[in-house]
Amino acid sequence: MFSIYNRRRFINKFNLLIASLSMLLGLLALGWILFTLLDYGLHGVSINMFTKSTPPPGSVGGLQNAIVGSLLMSIVGTMIGTPIGILAGTYLAEFGQRGWLAPATRFINDILLSAPSIVIGLFVYAAYVATAHHFSGWAGSLALALLVIPVVVRTTENMLNLVPNTLREAAAALGSPQWKIVTMVTWRASKAGMLTGILLAVARISGETAPLLFTALNNQFWSTNMNAPIANLPVVIFQMAMSPYDDWHDLAWAGALLITLTVLGLSILARVLFKQEKSSH
Amino acid sequence: MDTNAKISLRDVNFFYGKAHALKNINLDIPSNHVTAFIGPSGCGKSTLLRTLNRMYDLYPGQRAEGQILLDGKNILDKGTDLNKLRARVGMVFQKPTPFPMSIYDNIAFGIKLYESPSRSELDDRVEWALKKSALWNEVKDKLNQSGYSLSGGQQQRLCIARGIAVKPEILLLDEPASALDPISTARIEELIHELKTDYTITIVTHSMQQAARVSDFTAYMYLGEMVEFGKTDVVFTNPSKKETEDYITGKFG
Repeated sequence: MFSIYNRRRFINKFNLLIASLSMLLGLLALGWILFTLLDYGLHGVSINMFTKSTPPPGSVGGLQNAIVGSLLMSIVGTMIGTPIGILAGTYLAEFGQRGWLAPATRFINDILLSAPSIVIGLFVYAAYVATAHHFSGWAGSLALALLVIPVVVRTTENMLNLVPNTLREAAAALGSPQWKIVTMVTWRASKAGMLTGILLAVARISGETAPLLFTALNNQFWSTNMNAPIANLPVVIFQMAMSPYDDWHDLAWAGALLITLTVLGLSILARVLFKQEKSSH
Repeated sequence: MDTNAKISLRDVNFFYGKAHALKNINLDIPSNHVTAFIGPSGCGKSTLLRTLNRMYDLYPGQRAEGQILLDGKNILDKGTDLNKLRARVGMVFQKPTPFPMSIYDNIAFGIKLYESPSRSELDDRVEWALKKSALWNEVKDKLNQSGYSLSGGQQQRLCIARGIAVKPEILLLDEPASALDPISTARIEELIHELKTDYTITIVTHSMQQAARVSDFTAYMYLGEMVEFGKTDVVFTNPSKKETEDYITGKFG
């Protein structure tokens, strides 16, 4: 009479084993990548990394110009993409219940979200770089902004959808116009979640190479001129890693480590923020 | 009793998409009295309450037909300004819904929507609303703390304070005490008694005892229809319909 029970127990154990093995496989790959990155990356880490610009092969140098260029473009890209993303996400969650515009926007946003970033780079190349006849930091920022927008739209909409409708009704019941409900009540209620989305978007763009290859290009020298080609970590890593010089390889590994740690830091911050938001309700 | 109708419903029908939730409701809700809506779950009593401030308008696919006359003016007319209507017809919900802001701002939010009081006027008004809802003594020293820091019963009284702070003419209470313990419930019932001198109050409740305790008039609804409406003592002691008696005495529902 316990045969069916024993069979289910066995199936349960078997599935648990398979699931655990799959998880281990994934973790192994991740651990391997991180270990290799640390192993090679730490060679190239030195104070020069932050104080000197990218060197010609064979001389001493660092990544200062690339770090600054990456920071500049990420900041500008985030500043362009975030307001658009938040407003669009708010429209989808709060104002788009009726009509066809919101479902259509949501659908297109989902496509944009999964579009290969090289396509975004090519688009900005064709639309901006080719008409302006020069690569520039602005073009790079624009490409990054286009990557920020769909992420922020999606997280903003999701976070606002988590706000219970009873809260909106309560504000409406006082005679509050809808824009006040949104700005005073629902945005406040999902502040931390929306901020998390922005951090995730920043994490996403800080490692993108493809959209910058065709837009910001690269610059061997120190420059903060956003209207000219500008150095940035991903492209520098790409070019140095492709080169035959060992000292360039070391710098590329160090740069990769720096990006990875930045992204890790942002993800942890995002998680902490989101946890706080959840526990405060 | 002097009973002018504050709200009159004339042949009101309500639809959730195709589902016919209210059927030809006719009702006069008397001014400055408490009217209770009772009936089993799904009978339409909450739906009826939500037509009175057109809360259903937030959702696509929900619509009401007929006439709802507030002081003689039909609020179902297309041109009705919903924000102004809801400023006149306040509502308190089943679950406490404090806004994500301080206790003070929870109440000031509604006041500032239609008035621009000075700081001291605003302070007075907040204090008045909190006293009226019997919460002042518990929160007067922590007005800057978040509304979420209060207990469930306190949160609900905060929501009532918020509702009366904007000085509506009518207060709709949708099972305001169903999530609360008996002490908080008693507080809120006392409050309802006090408030009816200034406001017209309608309350939806699942508790027969509560309806009997707080209301002057009772409407019994079943399957979207108004079965019986009258003075509470009459409805509870000598109902004219068999269904009402069965529900009240617990034979059904």
